[in-house]
This record gives sequence, structure tokens and C-alpha cells, in this order.
Amino acid sequence: MAPPSRFGDKAFEWLTLAMALAVIVLIILIGWQLWLGSSLAVKKFGFHFLTTSTWDPVAEQFGALPFIYGTLVSSLIALLIAVPLSIATAIYLTELAPLWMRQPIVSLIEMLAAIPSVILGLWGIFVMIPWLRDYPFPLLKRLFGWTPFFSGPIYGTSMLAGGIIIAIMILPIITSVSREILRSVPNLQREAAYALGATRWEVTRIAVLSYAKKGLFGAIILGLGRALGETMAVTMVIGNTPQIAASLFKPGYTLASVIANEFTEATTDLYLQALFEIGLVLFGLTILVNLLAQLLLRSITTVSATRAVQ
Amino acid sequence: MDWQRANNRTWRKIKSALASGIAFISALLVIAPLGLVFFHLLVNGAGSINWDFFTKLPAPVGAVGGGMVNAIVGTLELLALAGALGIPVGVLGGVYLAEYGSARINSILRFLADVLNGIPSITWGVVVYGLVVLHFKGFSAYAGGLALGLIMIPLILRTTEEVILLVPNGYREAALALGVARWKTIVHIVMKTASKGIITGILLALARIGGETAPLLFTAFGNRFWNHSLNQPIAALPLQIFTYAISPYDDWHRQAWAGALVLVSGVFCVNVLVRILTRGRAASVV
Repeated sequence: MAPPSRFGDKAFEWLTLAMALAVIVLIILIGWQLWLGSSLAVKKFGFHFLTTSTWDPVAEQFGALPFIYGTLVSSLIALLIAVPLSIATAIYLTELAPLWMRQPIVSLIEMLAAIPSVILGLWGIFVMIPWLRDYPFPLLKRLFGWTPFFSGPIYGTSMLAGGIIIAIMILPIITSVSREILRSVPNLQREAAYALGATRWEVTRIAVLSYAKKGLFGAIILGLGRALGETMAVTMVIGNTPQIAASLFKPGYTLASVIANEFTEATTDLYLQALFEIGLVLFGLTILVNLLAQLLLRSITTVSATRAVQ
Repeated sequence: MDWQRANNRTWRKIKSALASGIAFISALLVIAPLGLVFFHLLVNGAGSINWDFFTKLPAPVGAVGGGMVNAIVGTLELLALAGALGIPVGVLGGVYLAEYGSARINSILRFLADVLNGIPSITWGVVVYGLVVLHFKGFSAYAGGLALGLIMIPLILRTTEEVILLVPNGYREAALALGVARWKTIVHIVMKTASKGIITGILLALARIGGETAPLLFTAFGNRFWNHSLNQPIAALPLQIFTYAISPYDDWHRQAWAGALVLVSGVFCVNVLVRILTRGRAASVV
């Protein structure tokens, strides 16, 4: 009997390797394509692109500062709302909730993650904005109107509305990654604290949270990465006005939104190049944040918690 | 002294109960948007779903009525194009990570796949625009399918890898001991055993990209009519919802809600199907 041919084995291994290498090719492809598409604009505006705030396609003046500002501020608002809620929910799901309640809540959160961004945006335009304009915004203005953040006229579409809609979008991912992190805390930690007579909350705070600190930080950073790149829902509620204003009631604009809105309207080469450069800035920002998040999470657990919600 | 100690213990218990209460309320707040969105989708969308919606093209601007049949079919076409690229690359790449690859190479590839999953989907639209639309001088179904397919690759790669790793080594050893070639063992024994999990991953990826709008804005572009060639712009349900939502016409808003209800129903159906597929996964092998 002839020995079995090794050709099939080799061919299959190389084939699968080629497919696996796609992830490297894709990252290089994105960087290269964005760089290529924006090279003229990069040469023309240099570093000023990031530090000037005039965005005037007619005069061919392009400065990305208002978009960078809008992206950072709306993401920050989103984190301020989403982080406490998500982590408290993760704690509830791993430490406090009755066992029978856990799986149903997890399923509901996964369903929230499955709602497409454009649908949340639709809901944002027709339901959330009118409600915010009529109730919470006037209340905020009455209470905190003396600060620059909540002063000025209320339009509805605003930086604050953008931040709130991003918060809804990132709640599921922060919650499920935090939940995985908390679940990976060894039970011995909890048992030791209980044995010392700690209450349920004390066990959570002393034994679980301090143990999981780094991983939870990773979950938050991962959420930040998603927040920075959120596009459709934000575009529909943030007002799309390139300005830097202290008041959160004023409309803003984000990097992702300006690409979504103006890309097909870019009439001149330089305009298109400037939008490619915005894409490059967004790519650079999200890749840094995601690298950081993955490093933090990787050092905690070999199980990829990020799989839970994509 | 005793009184103080008892008082202290009561206070600690109250604090614990308080924390539980706050955590419970947080959980309610996290799932509240799901209920609210679903409620408004039903209230605003159900009334506009009728036979016309599934059988007619969009009505001309200003005219009332019409449907979204071209967008529904367009989304299915885009999913097929994306799947043709994303499924083979993702699945085979996942097989490499689970079956071959040294620990070191794998951890790098896994890391990069997770980073890729975090890249905003609009970035893919820009990249495919530069890659395809600029070169071929036009928006097309191919460009849209490519953008969605590229998004699928890292998603499917990671799920496939994970379910293949769950297949017990005994299965591989048994086949190899019978003299079956390694690649045949992988295809016929390992992948077959893990097929339910692999299909689950594919379905979840399809559900995810089926709702994507941003990468299609300047690749597939949208179309108010039937797409007669994949070289031409094509309509997609999420794109149509977006266009209608930001339009000034009441009738279009109604259609946007109806489209959103259809899209969400599709996505949720896939998710329920996945749940049925994976039920009792703990009991079976994979």
C-alpha cells in the first residue's frame, strides 16, 4: 500500500493560513487606503488640519477640530451615563440577582445589542428628541442653567442627545464584557470575604470589584472605542453643526457623522481628501483605543469576553 | 457596646440592601430602551405594513403609498454577496487558528481580529469607496457587498475558532488513528461536529451586517428602483430607512417606521433561531 499523499494536507493548511492572514491584510489595507486617499490634504494642511476649526468646503478650508471635539465630548457623555449603569447591571447579574432572573436579563441585553443603529436613530428623532426637549432638558436648564453646559436655547437635537443615544448603543457591550470579567473572579475570593462576615455588598466591593478593577477598566475602554465610531444614530440626533460650544444643548458634529453626511456631496478632490483624512483620524483614534482595550482584557482572561456582544 | 455593634450590623445590612436595589434599578434602566424602541416600532410601524409595502416600489416624491420591495430584495442580495466573501474566508481562517497555527501566531491573529471588530463600520465604507467606487467610477451592489463582507470576516473567524476548539481531541485522534488524512479529519469530523456552532456564528454575523447602514452610504448608495445589474447602485432596507427618516415627508416617516419594524423583526428572528440552535449546547458536544 502506498503511503497516503501529503499534498491534500499541505494544500488545506496553506489555504486556511491564507484566509487567517486576511486579518493582517485588512488592517494594512485600511491604513494604506485612508493614507492614500488623504495624502494631498495631509500635505496641504499638515498638522493644522487637527487644530483649526473652519470647515468651509466652498473656500476649501478644512479643519477637523469641531469634529474631533464633538466625537470626544459625545463619547464622554455616553461613558458618564453608560458606565455606572452597565457596571451596576453586571454586578447585579453576577452577584445579586436571583438565579432565575439572570438568563432572561442577559438575553434582553443581547437583543438590545442587536438593534441596528439606524433604527435607534429613527426612534431618537421621533420619540427621544421630542421627549428630551419637553421634559428633561428644561428641567436641567432650570437646575443647572447657571453653568455654561446647560445654558442657551433648547433645540432638541444636540450634543447631549447624541451622547445619550451613544450611551444606549454601548450599554450592552460594557455590560456583557463586565459580566464576563466579574464571572471570571474566582469564588474563593467571595468565600473568603463571606467567611469574615461580610454582607453581600461588602463581598462585592471588597473581594470582587477590587479584584476585577483592571478588567472593568478594559470593558470601559472597549465601550469608548465603540462610542467613538458610532455613526448612524448619532448623525440622526446630534444636529450636525460644526461648532465648538460649551452648552450641551447646542448641536454638534462628530468625525463619523461628517463622513456619513458629506461624503457623497464632496464635489472637489480636496474636499474628498479632507473627508478621507477625517476617516484616517477616526481610524487612528479607534485603533489606539481598541488596542488598549484588548491589551487590558487580554491580560485578565484568555476567554475573549468581547465575543459576547459584537 | 452591644447596642453599638448591633446598630452597626443593621447599618451594614441596610447598605447592602440599598446597593442591591440600585443595581436592580440599573438593570431595569439598561433594558428599558429595548422595550421602548420595540413599543414605538409596533405603534408607529404596524399600521403602515400592508401588502403594498412588500410588493411595490417606492412611490415618486410627493405621491402617497408605495412600498419597499426593492430595498428588501436589495438587502438580501447584499447579504448574499457579503456572505460569498465573508463566510469562506472567516470560517477557513477560524479553522487555521483552531487547528494549525502556533500559540504565538494565533494570539497575534486573534488580537488583530478583535481590534478589527472594533473598527467603526463607516471606515469600511470609506476604504471600499477608495478601493472600488473610485476605480470603477460608480456605486455598485458589488461595492456594498464587499464592504459588508469585509466586516463579516473577523466576526466569523472568531466564532468559528471558538466552537472548533470545543470539539474534544478524542474525535480527531480517533479519525487520525484510522488513517484518515488530517485535512479530511478536520473537514468531515471536526467541522461537521462543530457545524451547529459555525452556522450560529454565520447567522449572527449576517444579522449584524443586515442592519448596517454606514458602510453602504457610499458603496451600495441606494436606489429607488429595481437594481438590474450588480454593477449599479442597489437599495438596502437600512439605507431606505435612513433616507426616509431624515426626509421632511410624513408619508416617508410612516414608511421608515414600517421598514424599521420589518428589519428589526428579521434581525430578531435570526437571534431567536440562534437561541433555538444553541439550546442544550451544554448537553451536546458543541
